Amino acid sequence: MKSSGTVQASAEARAASEREAGLIAQILAGQKELFHELIRPYERMVYMTVFSIVRNETDAEDCAQDAVVNAYRHLGKFRGEAKFSTWLATIAVNEGRQRLRRLKRAKEDSLDEPIEGDQQEFTPAPLMDWREIPLEALERKELREALRSAVAGLPGIYRQIFTLRDLDELNVAETAAALGINENMVKVRLHRARMMLQRRLAPYLKTTAPARKSFWRRMPWS
Amino acid sequence: MELKCKHVWAHISDYIDDSVTPEVREDIERHLEHCEICSAILDSTRNILVLTADDRTFELPVGFSKRLHERLQRELAAS
Repeated sequence: MKSSGTVQASAEARAASEREAGLIAQILAGQKELFHELIRPYERMVYMTVFSIVRNETDAEDCAQDAVVNAYRHLGKFRGEAKFSTWLATIAVNEGRQRLRRLKRAKEDSLDEPIEGDQQEFTPAPLMDWREIPLEALERKELREALRSAVAGLPGIYRQIFTLRDLDELNVAETAAALGINENMVKVRLHRARMMLQRRLAPYLKTTAPARKSFWRRMPWS
Repeated sequence: MELKCKHVWAHISDYIDDSVTPEVREDIERHLEHCEICSAILDSTRNILVLTADDRTFELPVGFSKRLHERLQRELAAS
């Protein structure tokens, strides 16, 4: 049985989607100024998506603007079979990929780059005294900085999946559609991306070293 | 079924996303009850996701929205 929270959330999502469909119809009927309103909730998603591909602020901003303008120019082609957010994310991904090719960064961060990294990276790192971590640590600026740099350091395909799923908050099906891959691949790569981040951030999340050496000796990975 | 740590790790992402079967969920939760290591890994991964979703972590460039809408306005005016 669905909880009342879930029911309410899906009712809100339905209302938002209907409102969006109404806006799109009005824009296509000539009230083009309403496009500002249509796009506003997705500005961040478009920017973060292209940033995960082109990896620098200037290109990401240009590219995000191009993606939004393209969405406006092609709005008539949006049929409403997909959600507007998915359609827009697909445009952003394509725009980012085109920009990346133009930038000739292909060698360094190719769309065809090997996706299998170091297998060890896909297993998590142990943490001690974790109960002391959250709240106070999460407020630390350095942790946010460490997370940004850990995400920036992920191989391209993992960085893009992680951005779409955990930053843009698209669901698995939407992420798969935007990237043109299947849902299972999204799940596998997302898992790996999260585990790589957990490993890379473990030193920041670990507050104190364990005192009991014997504890470490019975760790499953040793 | 009694799960080993590495089996729990393989399911962490799906567990967080609530996309494991009820049976797997039950096995994982039974394991977490007595395994501090896996509990810590799960919590730290969740913390990373909470931090990622915090708008202060990944910020838009200052003035991004203003410049975007200015560019859009030029496009609308020309269309």
